[in-house]
Amino acid sequence: MAVIKKKKDKALPAVNTSALPDIVFMLLFFFMVATVMREVDLKVSVNKPQATEIQKLERKSLVTYIYAGSPKENYQGKFGKTPRIQLNDSFASLDDLQPFVIQERETKSEEERPMMTMSIKADKTVKMGLISDIKLELRKAQAYKINYSSLQPKDAEALYSSDN
Amino acid sequence: MARNKRAIPEINAGSMADIAFLLLIFYLVTTTMDTDKGINRKLPPIDDELVQDPPPIKERNIFTVLVNSNDQLLVEDEYLEISELRTKAMEFIDNNGDGSCAYCKGYGISTSSDNPVKAVISLQNDRGTSYGMYVKVQNELVAAYEDLRENYAENEYGRSYRGMDPEEDEEIIKEIKNAYQQKISEAEPLNIGG
Repeated sequence: MAVIKKKKDKALPAVNTSALPDIVFMLLFFFMVATVMREVDLKVSVNKPQATEIQKLERKSLVTYIYAGSPKENYQGKFGKTPRIQLNDSFASLDDLQPFVIQERETKSEEERPMMTMSIKADKTVKMGLISDIKLELRKAQAYKINYSSLQPKDAEALYSSDN
Repeated sequence: MARNKRAIPEINAGSMADIAFLLLIFYLVTTTMDTDKGINRKLPPIDDELVQDPPPIKERNIFTVLVNSNDQLLVEDEYLEISELRTKAMEFIDNNGDGSCAYCKGYGISTSSDNPVKAVISLQNDRGTSYGMYVKVQNELVAAYEDLRENYAENEYGRSYRGMDPEEDEEIIKEIKNAYQQKISEAEPLNIGG
């Protein structure tokens, strides 16, 4: 009994926290490596359509994005509500598309160029007229691989309801 | 001299964890882990010189899908809901009208396609069709092919097509894709209700 009592009296030793910075640093490095900084500032609102047969886009460095949708509220005074195209950080017209694709292609190495994918991120309310025009410009620029960016629906039935 | 000999006081590293935490939280907040996903498609080359004489395709081998500016579907001259499109397309592709397709499960209707190799889906939309609807139609048509491939893999190999490893089962996937080749042709959009 005496032995047990003695133990109780002893103060609880402090938890050794000297390894804490190491753990935190490990996490920090993980996030630093895994982080992809948002490259562009979206000026158009993009509410992506939903689809089930979607594939992951491998190799982000080979993907070029084209955004289409109505300008966000703070740009509506200047640009109106008609859906527009956004390339990089600015609004663009259809004529800018071909030089843009060519310029993007220049940045990739020779052997990677055929694998270049154009990802069309368009709002689901955008009319097909605009999308068809984009597609035509892409064909003229010989960028044939495209991807219609979409979201995985939470349940498949929702796909058929009219408001989606 | 005496000064140099003095031991350098140890740097207090107690707040290092705090700094690291601060950075960690910054990265946690700014990280966007969104993986980009979407429907992959290939556009046709623009010069039509390559195909000077397109081979004639029999009317029965073409499955026409029209989408108007009100996002309504007209499939094979019939009004259809989007939820029925997949089954309809699968029936068409799998019809096996000339009996040359051993693995097909179709009904062999004389007005529907000859075999999956000859079957072509033709899609045309209006300039006023919404992009959301267009993606939905594309999705259903791709899903029709994927479902048929899934059935084929299930029957021939007793395995799931979607669960196959693209590297390990390269040959099998190639064979399945060959059995049901995706043939979706897109016409230039109309401009009626634009």
